[in-house]
Amino acid sequence: MKDLLRFTTAGSVDDGKSTLIGRLLHDTRGVYEDQLESVRKASRDSNAEGFDLALITDGLRAEREQAITIDVAYRYFQTPRRKFIIADTPGHEQYTRNMATGASTASLAVILLDARHGVLPQSRRHAYIAALLGIRKLAVAVNKMDLVDFRRDVFERIRDEFGAVAAKLDVEPPFFVPVSARDGDNVARRGARTPWYEGPSLLEYLETVEVEPAGSAGPLRFPVQLAIRPHLDFRGYAGQIASGSLRVGDRVLALPSGLETRVASLAGQEACPTVCLADQIDISRGDMLVDPAAPPAVGCEFAATLIWMAAEPMRPESAYLLKHTTRQVCADVRSVRRVMDMRTLDFGPAAELKLNDIAEVEIETHHPIFFDPYRKNRATGSFILIDMTSNRTVAAGMIQGPDTRVGPDTRVPRRSLFAPPRTLVSVPEFVPESLAQPHRGLTVWFTGLSASGKTTLCRAVHERLAARGCRLELLDGDTVRKHLSKGLGFSREDRNENIRRIGFVAGLLTRNGVIALAAAISPYRAVRDEVRASIGDFVEVYVNAPLEVCESRDPKGLYRQARAGHLPAFTGIDDPYEPPLHPEVECRTDRETLEECIAKVLAAIDRALER
Amino acid sequence: MSSDNSHLRTLEAESIYILREVAAEFARPALLYSIGKDSSVLLRLAQKAFHPARPPFPLLHVDTTFKFREMIEFRDRTAREAGLELIVHTHSAAAEGANPFRLGTQKCCQLLKTRALLDAIARHGIDAAIGGARREEEKSRAKERVYSFRDAYGQWDPKDQRPELWNLYNGRIDKGESIRAFPLSNWTELDVWEYIALEQIPVVPLYFARPRRMLLRGEMLIPLDYDVPPAPGDRIETVLCRMRSLGCTYCTGAIRSAADTLPKIIEELRGFRRSERENRVIDHDQEGSMELKKREGYF
Repeated sequence: MKDLLRFTTAGSVDDGKSTLIGRLLHDTRGVYEDQLESVRKASRDSNAEGFDLALITDGLRAEREQAITIDVAYRYFQTPRRKFIIADTPGHEQYTRNMATGASTASLAVILLDARHGVLPQSRRHAYIAALLGIRKLAVAVNKMDLVDFRRDVFERIRDEFGAVAAKLDVEPPFFVPVSARDGDNVARRGARTPWYEGPSLLEYLETVEVEPAGSAGPLRFPVQLAIRPHLDFRGYAGQIASGSLRVGDRVLALPSGLETRVASLAGQEACPTVCLADQIDISRGDMLVDPAAPPAVGCEFAATLIWMAAEPMRPESAYLLKHTTRQVCADVRSVRRVMDMRTLDFGPAAELKLNDIAEVEIETHHPIFFDPYRKNRATGSFILIDMTSNRTVAAGMIQGPDTRVGPDTRVPRRSLFAPPRTLVSVPEFVPESLAQPHRGLTVWFTGLSASGKTTLCRAVHERLAARGCRLELLDGDTVRKHLSKGLGFSREDRNENIRRIGFVAGLLTRNGVIALAAAISPYRAVRDEVRASIGDFVEVYVNAPLEVCESRDPKGLYRQARAGHLPAFTGIDDPYEPPLHPEVECRTDRETLEECIAKVLAAIDRALER
Repeated sequence: MSSDNSHLRTLEAESIYILREVAAEFARPALLYSIGKDSSVLLRLAQKAFHPARPPFPLLHVDTTFKFREMIEFRDRTAREAGLELIVHTHSAAAEGANPFRLGTQKCCQLLKTRALLDAIARHGIDAAIGGARREEEKSRAKERVYSFRDAYGQWDPKDQRPELWNLYNGRIDKGESIRAFPLSNWTELDVWEYIALEQIPVVPLYFARPRRMLLRGEMLIPLDYDVPPAPGDRIETVLCRMRSLGCTYCTGAIRSAADTLPKIIEELRGFRRSERENRVIDHDQEGSMELKKREGYF
């Protein structure tokens, strides 16, 4: 069985990485005689001493002139057992960007250490970046053993030191091999000068190491590339299986429509099939077929690790295009939580995001995407950001999970009152431990016209907070009037009394560590402010939609009755509504989706709880 | 599918994915069809990618007028059988007698291939040109992206390429700019031949050995299709030979070989110690010459 192994290489400047690759290619006959001759010729031209194997690797004129590798280069060789693709990345200051690029498609990383220098700060970074990009297997070649007389104690000291570094990362225990790339010891063949080393040569290891075929594990993810429609009787969806399997008869869930159907037939390449479905569902590029039993997260907000790759720093006000699977959407980097200090490999406060920075960020897309955490699925957990003005790829991102501050979508909410939804389906459970912690009390007051969306929004927020394990109570105006305020009418006095009673209960709850969510028209500014003053921990949410919109929605027919004169002193018709002057949150429910509104409210709640 | 070929199926899937991405993301893609073995593989992959529909792009051939007659016949038959539109573009200088003997190979290539290609891309409004170039072929190609950005003049800047991660290709361009897409980036010459054998893909007969009348100049075997100005020591002989790489007649040297079947070619290739482009005169005009050509817009 001949398969394919993609690996990347990393080493500090002068560790001899290009020489090692040159040696691998040379000894596996992956380089032709005439190419060697041209290397020999270039060796003489560039005044290098003798025959320089590194020149096989360092291709471009510019880099040969500067004697550095300037970018990612791909090399190929094969043995009877395997075909290999090497993503060769340089070790100089651009390494983060380049190494991340090389590592993104690799399932193994060869890390070079110079036996004379041992584990350098750069070596730690290389291991860290490999792990960050999801590489679980590291092969550590301790090079230039010839310069330390092939001493066993030198090798073992370096092995132990690097082993300790790797133990802190999400990688398997590394493979270590002592080599001399220049002379070939333990590269393709075992060398006689390390009789104390009993393991395989680097090549033997690469030929036999078990690597999981890309995309086999996990539930079905099938991002649709395009619809194939040669004639009216055939409609198929072409794509690449990102994970899982697809067989005729399988039930699949189509996202974002949320409709479930069956695979009627499959055509074409096994890993890149064209799928025909049993039911007519409108599906286009960027949609995804998934396992109904284990769907991905669906949403617009998520936390991610971002590698900034552009010379120009990130600008928070810029709009970026986010490319994720076959879907391309507009996106904002909503906040930069922290940036890694590459010297210490610790995260610190974020000032800005510039070339080669690695940061934890919150992303908000303008349309939902269907994602998994990167560590579970490289294909559905990765994305790139493209600057809409320059068209450049400015960042690569790895999704950690749904935004832990906002929480995931948990169901299909009632949203008839809101702008057309951009999120349709939903999602796995995700209750981060950190959020189930005790919190203080708070009153969140939803005010607005009848049919503005107060109750819907209030209930959705309630649900999100409940998913986090918060202590909650919901005080809905309509319900309250059936008991607490039973008998009160709609005169100014009675209305104020109703609000004071709700405010009183909310205040008690708040004092006892509960988040009280109150939804009432509460048309008069003065009494709202009175309640706010008496409670203190208070978030006012102005649920705002123009009267015409509310009137056109009219879910309970109240506006119609009011217009007909059956409901005197109806707010907005013949009684005033006094909008808040400084609400903590204002939601325009005629323009914003429910999701957006929920996010704003939750953000304000988080801010209030942090105070 | 034989388990021995799992690496070929992996490469095949990757290429099909890329071809579909190009078709989905660009308004006017075209497949640069150069008639050689890599183009043959590329066309087969395109047919698989969109099956049962036809590939949604035309074939574009930049004809220098110095191609082998067998190549042109093969090209026309292939396009007809595939049911695809074939655009043939020739630089006007070719009709005016431009040739490698008068101009030198470097200028000839610059004019009849690079310039002609850029003209064709502009004239037909092509925003994505799909080519069969492979990274293994030549050292400057090793750094090429799958989606290679070209500015409004068709130029490649190897020092300022878009980072390319996972299989997320950035195809954003402004008007006049274009992308060269290389679905065969990760294939080697051996992969190409193994795949041709696996899939029984037709290729130009020039790849198979048979006795041919050739001009012998030093170690070089030059085809006699066009009048080559004589040089001292030239001989004409019948030689058992084949083409390893197909370009223009004068610039494509043959190799002495008895490989007249696919298995024999693959066997021969496994034992080869010299690269396929060695017999391409144009790659050796000067040190680093492929990189210089590519910067100007060559494939």
